[in-house]
Amino acid sequence: MTEISAGTLFFAAIFTNNILLTNFLGLCPYLSISRDYKAALGLGGAVVFVMTFTAGINHLVYHQVLAPMNLEHFRYIVFIIVIAAFVQLVEMAVERYLPALYFVLGIFLPLITVNCAILGASLFMVIRAYTFTQAVVYGAGSGIGWMLAIGIVGAIREKIQKTSQLPPGLEGPGITLIITGVLSLAFMVFSGMIQIQ
Amino acid sequence: MADQTPGRIFRQGLFTENPIVRHVLGICSTLAVTNLVVNTLVMNAGLLFTISMSSLTVSLLRTVTPVRIRMMVQTLIIASYVIVVDITLKAYLPEISDALGPYVGLIITNCIVMGRCEAFARNNPPWPSFLDGLATGLGFSMVLLAIAVVREILGFGTLLGARVMPEGFVPWTIMIMAPGAFFMLGLFVWFVRARFPDLFEGSGESRIAPKGSP
Repeated sequence: MTEISAGTLFFAAIFTNNILLTNFLGLCPYLSISRDYKAALGLGGAVVFVMTFTAGINHLVYHQVLAPMNLEHFRYIVFIIVIAAFVQLVEMAVERYLPALYFVLGIFLPLITVNCAILGASLFMVIRAYTFTQAVVYGAGSGIGWMLAIGIVGAIREKIQKTSQLPPGLEGPGITLIITGVLSLAFMVFSGMIQIQ
Repeated sequence: MADQTPGRIFRQGLFTENPIVRHVLGICSTLAVTNLVVNTLVMNAGLLFTISMSSLTVSLLRTVTPVRIRMMVQTLIIASYVIVVDITLKAYLPEISDALGPYVGLIITNCIVMGRCEAFARNNPPWPSFLDGLATGLGFSMVLLAIAVVREILGFGTLLGARVMPEGFVPWTIMIMAPGAFFMLGLFVWFVRARFPDLFEGSGESRIAPKGSP
């Protein structure tokens, strides 16, 4: 995997291999928080931040601690603990030192621990054997890709709520999934430019 | 909540409280593997094992778990069972294990598993909790299997690897790619909600996603 440059990987993680639209990760918060644009972007920002750092930390933990001791099977438990601990630390630090940022991201941070996209990015990084730099770049790119997707859908849903009449049963998750399908179709235009698997 | 009969638990898990159509939660890791029925079956088996065993364990430990750290305890219990599933798959079904990739590990963050532990298992005796996990898992598997069957038939023209469509059938490539899964699930949720509106009495947008809560 070393032949992929960091810039290419960053682009690929946002567009061709968008973690939400092609790998289906992070759908739960995506469906429930995307009702208004501002909240969607707030959550997206928190995801970018946490994903970048946890991908790096988990890379170090996996290759420096788990792999030399042949404990690879414990990576699920260790990764989830690292993510939970990191989120907790960030929440405390932000609340203490950056109250303005806490006001924006605060309520979203606890939600992040159970966001499958965060753990997913760490697991993909292990399976695809990324180097440390690649892992961090991949984490950042995936986070931005996720934020992009939830931001677009948040904006569309806000518009739909104001202007359209939907058939019964379709409002809420139904229409969101169909919009996501269309969006995913749109993002397929990028596929073929770069291949990372 | 204490006098839950098995029949009632199963009816809730399979229909009235079906995790997918009612809450549309926990689909992340599982929707991804619905392009082949075989993969879906294996994934669902892993999920059923994880959800019922972790409900059972959480329930057995419910009197000794400190309330403040219960989330962490639940996560660790779930993660332990997922590791068991992962190792078993690697040993006995290596090809499917490769195809599922990281998605088996992602059962840990499946909201439904933790949701059942949190909502049911930690306040109920072990046996009903086990059944509740099983019923919820079955309700979940049912929907995903339905989606997988349609996706495999239209996307490959096969069912469980055997050809079912006539020779001249041109496979709908879109069905095996990501958008196909989103469209199928969206249409499915729409159909069920429009066809059985009384099932979702009062389950409007606000019930599905209380603002600011996970």
